[in-house]
Amino acid sequence: MRTWIRPTALVLIVVVVLYPLFWMVGTAFKSPEEIVSNIGLLPEHFTPSNFSSGWSKFDVGFGRFFLNSAMVAGLTVIGNVVSCLLAAYALGRLRFRLRGMWFAVMIGTLLLPGHVLIIPQYILFRSLGWVGGEWPYLPLLVPHFLATEAFFVFLMVQFMRGIPRELDEAATIDGASPYRIFQHVILPLSRPALVTTAIFSFIWTWNDFFRQLVYLSDLKDYTVPVALTLFIDSTSETAVGPMFAMSLLSLIPVFLFFVAFQRMLVEGINTSGLKG
Amino acid sequence: MSPAPPKEPAVVRRAPGRPRRRENLPGYLFLSPWLLGLAAITAIPMLLSLYLSFTDYDVLTPFTEATWVGWDNYQRMFTADPSFWHSVRVTVTFALIAVPLKLAAALGVALLLNRVFRGVGIFRGLFYLPSLLGGSVAVAIVWVSMFNRGGAFNSLLAVFGIEGAPWVSDPKYALQTLMLLAIWQFGAPMVIFLAGLKQVPVELYEAASVDGAGKWRQFKHITLPMLSPVIFFNLVLETIHGFQGFTSAFVLSNGTGGPVDSTLMYTLNLYINGFVQLDMGYASAMAWVFLVAIGFITVVLFRTGRFWVHYSDSEGG
Repeated sequence: MRTWIRPTALVLIVVVVLYPLFWMVGTAFKSPEEIVSNIGLLPEHFTPSNFSSGWSKFDVGFGRFFLNSAMVAGLTVIGNVVSCLLAAYALGRLRFRLRGMWFAVMIGTLLLPGHVLIIPQYILFRSLGWVGGEWPYLPLLVPHFLATEAFFVFLMVQFMRGIPRELDEAATIDGASPYRIFQHVILPLSRPALVTTAIFSFIWTWNDFFRQLVYLSDLKDYTVPVALTLFIDSTSETAVGPMFAMSLLSLIPVFLFFVAFQRMLVEGINTSGLKG
Repeated sequence: MSPAPPKEPAVVRRAPGRPRRRENLPGYLFLSPWLLGLAAITAIPMLLSLYLSFTDYDVLTPFTEATWVGWDNYQRMFTADPSFWHSVRVTVTFALIAVPLKLAAALGVALLLNRVFRGVGIFRGLFYLPSLLGGSVAVAIVWVSMFNRGGAFNSLLAVFGIEGAPWVSDPKYALQTLMLLAIWQFGAPMVIFLAGLKQVPVELYEAASVDGAGKWRQFKHITLPMLSPVIFFNLVLETIHGFQGFTSAFVLSNGTGGPVDSTLMYTLNLYINGFVQLDMGYASAMAWVFLVAIGFITVVLFRTGRFWVHYSDSEGG
């Protein structure tokens, strides 16, 4: 008799938890009057025009914002994967002076709250002339090419420690240098950790707001999250539908990643304690 | 805190008497991007902001022209700026309520899911989805609209004959809607709890059943102690995370911390002082106070953890 309690409870919780997301999808297709009056999930008057009017609501179209976001996220992925991989190989597999100390420092930066660094980094980048320049993305991207995302370094170090040492030893005896071992042994075997890093890098950067808000001041340079906040300024009822439509579009890339890599994402936070 | 360097497995094939091979050059070559980042992106800015926290600096001039003011910024913060203490109260309230509730939800659902049945992976994924999406501006916008005066939540209450409230624009409730948004993202700690639950040996429960212990006593005396390292891990991560809430408060208040400063999270206050008022000296001081506070809280958590976290074996969780 009690076998039905657990699945029923789970289904109920899933419905409650997912309700806001379903509501967003439905509301993105509702007319302005309906958004207030119709509390159901489905629109009575299917209004796809929310998407077209939201897309070109501001002087710069959302296409540009999506391209900017994709570029920032894409370059961040490349930077994180490459630079964290190099650092992890050194910290996880090579023997050199002070390695233990550098590893401890890396763990220390892992616990450093990122928001503390925003003010000083801003001042530094500004004095370098990187803020508000022709291409304002340098402050967003350069840190990721210098392995500052300690989470990913840690994740890859943990992964590489699982690769049998005998492989390195054998290669060394065959005369392979650490560079060749990196290229032919560690790099190919580290692919799962690289993919996990790439996916989380993309999702976090796509969702990131604080840094992009601070560094992007010109409308044409805006990324999607920064552009979405423009909707908050306009309080008119007619803006709600387009606002939902664009919010929904902005979540689709992350959702697709979720669908494609669900298992990997869940395993990823298991092995490393990464937060989504 | 600093972990011991990893143990090297014994090198079997090394000839006796041959010196231990060092890889100093390749080691530092591979480490060089990280070292550069550590210096340029982390260490130097931190020291710079420590200096600037003792100055009056408006960011529009080069920082070499900042005016030294001694302890003025810190003094103003602790004695003359009510918004500082207010934002501390808001942030601590947020973390004290949202973090335990989020962890409780995560543990509760993890216990429900800790069985082998068809579709368990699908449930796990669906519960995890809000953690992936929830930090975004888009979801914050949806959340705020949902709890607005004419939003879906009030309409839903009306169906049951309950009169809602303007949750978002009422200073009494605005922070609570943000807490709910944080709790909604319980999927990430839930996944970690699930992994922890799988590690609890089944024999313990079997032995307890034989001895006549009921479900509740098994939970209290087996599950909770065995899971305490994972609970501790989640508690530390979520607390640090909770203190840094920014996006949802920014979206709800359009960057002001309103209504009536009720959502003025510490990081939002920091943002307003630094990037709206352009008072970078003061904002640097706020950032340093924040860093010291987070460090202090982490140390306190680790200290108290000694009393209730049980490590059952030397391997760790």
